[in-house]
Amino acid sequence: MNDTQRALWSERAAITAAWVAGILMFFPIFWMALTSFKTELEAIAVPPTIIFDPTLENFSLIQERTDYTGFAWNSIITSVGGTALAMAIAVPAAYAMAFFPGRRTKDVLLWMLSTKMLPAVGVLMPIYLISQKLGLLDTRIVLVVIYAMINLPIVIWLLFTYFREIPKEILEASRMDGTSTFNEIVEIVIPLSWGGVASTALLSIVLLWNEAFWSINLTSSDAGTLTALVASFSSPEGLFWSKLSAVSTAACAPIVVLGWFCQKQLVQGLTFGAVK
Amino acid sequence: MANVKIRDLRKSFGSVGVVHGVDLDIEDGEFVVFVGPSGCGKTTLLRMIAGLDDITDGTVEIGGTVVNDVAPSRRGVAMVFQTYALYPHMTVYKNMAFGLKQAKTPKDEIDRLVRAAAEVLQITDYLDRSPKNLSGGQRQRVAIGRAIVRAPEVFLFDEPLSNLDAALRVQTRIEIARLHERLGTTMIYVTHDQVEAMTLADRIVVLRDGQIEQVGVPMALYERPQNMFVAQFIGSPKMNFFRNSDIDAGSRARFNHETTLGVRPEHLRICDQEPALVSGRLELIEQFGEYALAYLITDEGTEFTVKLDLPPFDYVGKRMSFDTSIQLMHTFDTKTGERIRQQGIQRG
Repeated sequence: MNDTQRALWSERAAITAAWVAGILMFFPIFWMALTSFKTELEAIAVPPTIIFDPTLENFSLIQERTDYTGFAWNSIITSVGGTALAMAIAVPAAYAMAFFPGRRTKDVLLWMLSTKMLPAVGVLMPIYLISQKLGLLDTRIVLVVIYAMINLPIVIWLLFTYFREIPKEILEASRMDGTSTFNEIVEIVIPLSWGGVASTALLSIVLLWNEAFWSINLTSSDAGTLTALVASFSSPEGLFWSKLSAVSTAACAPIVVLGWFCQKQLVQGLTFGAVK
Repeated sequence: MANVKIRDLRKSFGSVGVVHGVDLDIEDGEFVVFVGPSGCGKTTLLRMIAGLDDITDGTVEIGGTVVNDVAPSRRGVAMVFQTYALYPHMTVYKNMAFGLKQAKTPKDEIDRLVRAAAEVLQITDYLDRSPKNLSGGQRQRVAIGRAIVRAPEVFLFDEPLSNLDAALRVQTRIEIARLHERLGTTMIYVTHDQVEAMTLADRIVVLRDGQIEQVGVPMALYERPQNMFVAQFIGSPKMNFFRNSDIDAGSRARFNHETTLGVRPEHLRICDQEPALVSGRLELIEQFGEYALAYLITDEGTEFTVKLDLPPFDYVGKRMSFDTSIQLMHTFDTKTGERIRQQGIQRG
């Protein structure tokens, strides 16, 4: 085998590995979507049926029995609101750390990230009690605040890395031009790292959309999100696979569609600076 | 328009001193060039005048006002950066208008100023383009345009030509000289290139290790360098230095071993008669067309360069002798490097 052939084969091997990894990751989602169109009987059939008469019965049942749109609306408000609040705090924080680093900036960043290592359940009790005392249980406000806090470290971290890519001279030029700090952020920093800022926001929305721990524990019917709705289908009524699949499919459909539309932005943002 | 006064200016980053007490008066409308090797503190000095770096000690005065604690945009200065530092997400027009917009200038006034500056710099056709669709030279002109529209009292240039190719560098250098002629504004220009310093400056400030070595008009620095550092830094190729032992035995020039003799390569001429000033073996010739540089080495191992009209190809590997007139000799104290008056040389 000569070098050209060897290169060809290693390329083929890499492509195959990528496909296998992709299929492994996609399969559960595909199976979930497939099951959601089956009847309960077909859903538990062994061996599993691949060819069947698809039915929308499960979806209409969900809409009848539960307030899907209400939960979806809560998901939208809490994930977008949490992201917006996190960004509002993270942008100035990342700006300060990227452009005016102190001797301890690296330590601060690491410390922020280290808060993600704390198991959430460890602070469930105090947060639950505080929310209860403030009368915020089962409100969107509590979720927006909590969501902003849990995503803050990663959002700051990502924004920091994107901001650091901006040449210092451009900011100095804007300072010579007499911009205020606010204008500098809005008119120079954010437009210059737009890909990074957008992908950070998208990633944050996706993470919050799928967040279940806090929404299950702090909300019920009023402010419950789609993850809480999915959870409610799994336990009290026993496991109805096709209904569970249908509600899960309905829960992740919006975010998949959003991700699909923003694919270019996401990939561009997450690989930003990697090829320069 | 304004003058600039710098008094005992110091800068240190932590415990590391970068600028150690600089005093300088820049007249209104003067073109002053800071020149020196990298790390000499020239850019730091400029950035302190601009307000981009804090002043550790001393004062900077622009137009009679101490500006130590005044924001960059309110010092009446504009800066052209080495990397141009254009806003990549804005068109040329918006780049130039940005500063005016921040100053809340009325829209039609902005338009008038931007178009006037674009006219001067011949970039009117590019106003709607984005910086990434411009060549290096065009970008540089936009950067200068951005500085002009703000009608600053002092222009600051931080190595503005170093990212351009050789031909464009010469062209832009001439344009900057013309611009100074036309605007008559005070300009402070930082470069490591002594050719830019010689051609552009009304006065040159030579810096080394955060201190001023010499300030003067270009020809004064060339003709009467205060020390060996300035002597070698100004002029290309750099000045030759000879010790007493390098000088030909019968030479009329006599000086003691505590003195170093400096002669510029263009001031040595071939000498057929004995005794000459200095002799050496010809090692290499570089041909430049209108002149040639001959690289030689004395018996004592001192290398020296001679600029000649005709390349002496026949002499490669052979000995050649050179002489010069006493007016073109420079003498320096070998230990301190300081210039000593020419009485140090006695003609026999």
